[in-house]
Amino acid sequence: MSSTIATGFSRRSFLRTSSLASGGMLIGFNLFTACKDNVKMPVDISKLNYNDFNAFIKISNEGMVTLFSPNPEIGQGVKTSMPMIIAEELDVLWENVNVLQGVLDTKNYQRQVAGGSQSIRFGWDALRQTGATARQMLVNAAAARWGVDASECSAKQGVITNAKGQTLGYGDVVKEAAKLQIPISEGAEGDESKSENPEFKDASAKEVAGKVKLKDPKDYTIIGTDTHNVDIDEIITGKPLYGMDYKVDGMVYANVLRPPSFGQQLESYDDTDAKAIPGVIDVIRIGAKGRGLLEKNRGNWSVKLGDTDKVVVIAESTWKAIQGKKAIKATWSNASEMESTESHDRDLIALLDGTEFTTLRKDGDVEKAFKEADKVIERTYESPFLPHNCMEPMNFFADVTETKVHLVGPIQTPESGAAAVADMLGRDVADVHCEMTRMGGGFGRRLYSDFVLEAAEISDAIRKPVKMVSSREDDMATGVYRPAIKYRIKASIKDGELTGYHLKEAAVGGNMYGLIPNFFPAGTLDNYQVDVASYKSNITTGAWRAPYTNFLSYAEQSFLDEIAEALEIDAVQMRLDLLQKVKGSEDERIQYSAERMEDVINLVVEKSGYRIPKEGVYQGFSAYYCHNTHVAEVADIVMENNQPVVKKVTVAVDCGIVVNPLGALNQIEGGVIDGVGHAMYSDFSFENGMPTSKNYDSYRLIRMREAPMVETHFVKNTLSPTGLGEPTLPPAGAAVSIALKKATGKRIYKQPFITSLLDKEIIG
Amino acid sequence: MPTYKLKINGVSKKIEATPDMPLLWALRDDLDMVGTKFGCGIGQCGACTVHIDGTAARSCLLQVSQLDGKEITTIEGLSPDGSHPVQQAWKEVDVPQCGYCQSGQIMTASAFLEKNPNPSREDIRSAMHGNICRCASYNRIENAVVKAAEKKMA
Ligand code: FES
Ligand code: FES
Repeated sequence: MSSTIATGFSRRSFLRTSSLASGGMLIGFNLFTACKDNVKMPVDISKLNYNDFNAFIKISNEGMVTLFSPNPEIGQGVKTSMPMIIAEELDVLWENVNVLQGVLDTKNYQRQVAGGSQSIRFGWDALRQTGATARQMLVNAAAARWGVDASECSAKQGVITNAKGQTLGYGDVVKEAAKLQIPISEGAEGDESKSENPEFKDASAKEVAGKVKLKDPKDYTIIGTDTHNVDIDEIITGKPLYGMDYKVDGMVYANVLRPPSFGQQLESYDDTDAKAIPGVIDVIRIGAKGRGLLEKNRGNWSVKLGDTDKVVVIAESTWKAIQGKKAIKATWSNASEMESTESHDRDLIALLDGTEFTTLRKDGDVEKAFKEADKVIERTYESPFLPHNCMEPMNFFADVTETKVHLVGPIQTPESGAAAVADMLGRDVADVHCEMTRMGGGFGRRLYSDFVLEAAEISDAIRKPVKMVSSREDDMATGVYRPAIKYRIKASIKDGELTGYHLKEAAVGGNMYGLIPNFFPAGTLDNYQVDVASYKSNITTGAWRAPYTNFLSYAEQSFLDEIAEALEIDAVQMRLDLLQKVKGSEDERIQYSAERMEDVINLVVEKSGYRIPKEGVYQGFSAYYCHNTHVAEVADIVMENNQPVVKKVTVAVDCGIVVNPLGALNQIEGGVIDGVGHAMYSDFSFENGMPTSKNYDSYRLIRMREAPMVETHFVKNTLSPTGLGEPTLPPAGAAVSIALKKATGKRIYKQPFITSLLDKEIIG
Repeated sequence: MPTYKLKINGVSKKIEATPDMPLLWALRDDLDMVGTKFGCGIGQCGACTVHIDGTAARSCLLQVSQLDGKEITTIEGLSPDGSHPVQQAWKEVDVPQCGYCQSGQIMTASAFLEKNPNPSREDIRSAMHGNICRCASYNRIENAVVKAAEKKMA
């Protein structure tokens, strides 16, 4: 196993320190600028002031540390794990660390997005460097006080010790440390601290040469230890944390009536009954401003429902706003086709049968392989749309005044949200201030800022602080969805070998992109091709936890299982054999590592007892790579009263260094159960342009009794950490489908599995 | 608008509301007690769970006019400081992911353990089945209820 740490990080010009009037030292840094490769600094770094940073470390005279965590928290634990990394290198006791959510600054940074399981991956180097730099400054300050060389001093748990055994606490030296030059990293090029800015280059800076050195992972005392969620006390006592809980004096509530069907436009409405409800303040019409933005084609945040005007009920409480909305009598016209699941099925199959594909990857000649084959297998896999169903419905606070725009709420992309609002209202982006709250789930939904725009448009119209709140029905029926997708996979077998593999994707709204065509099994076959096709829809589609791979994994892994069956070889062995072919490959497009894949496969086989038959237990195996993390899973199914029950899922994960095992396990368990739940139970269809389920009475989410126990095993190594919010989800549905085949004797080609099993009368 | 007297966490509160005002919204918007969460509004998710005379109930389905003389307990009143065994177990097991559903989970679990202090895992899974956790922290919820039961027995 490898034991290197990927660093290559040699910049420290993103840091800045100063002393605080209240005592202590403040270190500002720009995480998202700092951790991009080859980033161009936005302006002369020496002219940056504190408004240009998005993250801070404050060390008080008492040695207490406050970290302002810059990344929005959606439940993936980064508000805990990212500060852990800084605290590790700073070398302080975790008990003395306080973590606060950073406030968005709209200038000079590039990534403040919670999504794509990337937070830890991008932050790893920058966060360590920041903590280590701060530590070195404190050591340098202590060394200067003692008049000794910094190399003779060491720091541990907030205390600096010199060769004579004298000690100073961090708090004792913060004042001097704040005035020192920022030390350079070991191996860093040049001395970027020689700034021309006199304020930046403190005159009293001594030649304290102690260089910044990162810790050896074997010396970690915080990273790798179980650390509780930093908001745990507030959560268990019901403190206001979420956007839904946010309130200011004079705030009113707004609930928005959007068209019931995708593709409709508002004709007219009668608000007499709504206005008669006590507590309803006003009824207004919005949409023109949002549409202005659509015309400018800032499409990535928009929801198709933004194409029309909407009716907004303003009220004294959430309840009255929702009641008022129900009392509006609106007429809508069909501006476009009213789509349905039937039309989607028909159109997607037509796409798969057709020839209008874009080829994303092509190795060799699949057609030739098919022609020469002894046997060709072709299967079509189908999935429905899926709503995100964040437990906290979409909501946002906006206060638009003559001069400023104040936004507060749960959002995964505050930067683009604020920019879109500035654009929509014709304001300078510097006058738009966006604060993030804790989020009651994200799953991709809060990457889109349609709800921020609505809140801002409403507040602009009424010039009052307002909170736009959605009901569950609003949320589920007027959302952004995981698109319905169908995959057709065709493979050829010749002389007992898999010789060709052709995957076609047909999707509503948009196709897989980026690196996905280079995931396993790409690279293992001489003849391999990935083609995609999609068509435009009225229904808004977008990212949903583990975009594309959430369904692709099931299709491919289930297909490979079927191939193994046809080849009459063990499904695990087939994966291992395929991986041999990619070892030493010079194909730089290949994303996964064959060695790391082998590690997770071998680990899961061992831990799940996959090779040992168990009476009445049916095990399904899958192995997958996505979001930079390698995962293998084995699902155990038993039949109870002729119903399949997923009892347990064994997971092997290689995510590099596990920063916070307690948090990591939570993410993994959640991802696996979420993957099992949606693959098994969640169905979402359209009729007349309208979702047929709008709330949990008709939409099924996995619940306690259906949730398998998840047993996780980590591959232990010291590679840089990779994300965990998403990669354990895709292989879960895959493993379940394969276990279901063993339990029922039938392959399932359509999600959700329970519906397929019932439709085919495989279960009663 | 009529006035209603509600006894919440041992304190008597007056609110002006129409009779059909759900307790959930009275708590959240009128009384600024936002620990009780809105998830579905139709009794299907359990995010809004409170105790009425010690029994778990969905506050989104309870109207303020039905609650005269009843003892209402919310997450804010389960303990003054998070020291209730269920809250402590939740903390030790580190249950929450996004955390939004958790006050409802805690209220369901705490009422359940009063009635069944020594439950089997099967009992726990049935008792908690009505509370959705979209982040799927179900394994930890189950483990935390087991732990809370142990704490209460000790
Ligand atoms: S909000 Fe009351 S049960 Fe869902
Ligand atoms: S922790 Fe997010 S819904 Fe339960």
